[in-house]
Amino acid sequence: MADTGTLTRADLAEILNRQIGLSRADAAAMIESILDHMTTAVLDGENVKISGFGTFVLRDKGQRIGRNPKTGVEVPITPRRVLTFRASQGMRQKVK
Amino acid sequence: MIRSELIKKLEAENPELTTEEVEKILDLFFDQIIQRLADGGRVELRGFGAFSTRDRSPRKGRNPRTGAAVDVPSKRVPYFKPGKEVRERLNK
Repeated sequence: MADTGTLTRADLAEILNRQIGLSRADAAAMIESILDHMTTAVLDGENVKISGFGTFVLRDKGQRIGRNPKTGVEVPITPRRVLTFRASQGMRQKVK
Repeated sequence: MIRSELIKKLEAENPELTTEEVEKILDLFFDQIIQRLADGGRVELRGFGAFSTRDRSPRKGRNPRTGAAVDVPSKRVPYFKPGKEVRERLNK
């Protein structure tokens, strides 16, 4: 039956342990390593493109005026860099 | 960075694994994320971010070439929210 709970690092490590035969420690380290490499690339300002999955793209947002939703007071939102994800066509097809 | 570059980095760190094994590991990693979203669940990777899905309402679209109105059905799309740590470090 399909599991609709939250998938975590531990679940991913467990799958590598069962399906690849990595030890639990190696599987956990591998998951960490994959995420570390992707995070480092993004923090270095690189886009990360994983075919069949999607692309993590950095976008620079200019300054704009926001509003404190509670008080209605206008406050400037400083220019910032944000990380967005664009899912591949294949992923969109499977998720829809 | 593209997938093949990620594979190279992982290979360099794990000389005991073959290229095929590293490829299989990455395929599993990304396929599991997609599968969980397809099953209606979410994926939480602390420090990196969380994948979930968003429902899009049906809407009237237009064929950009002919201008004809078309119904765009409701759909579910993948969504990624970067982790707090990543968001903060991007703006240091």
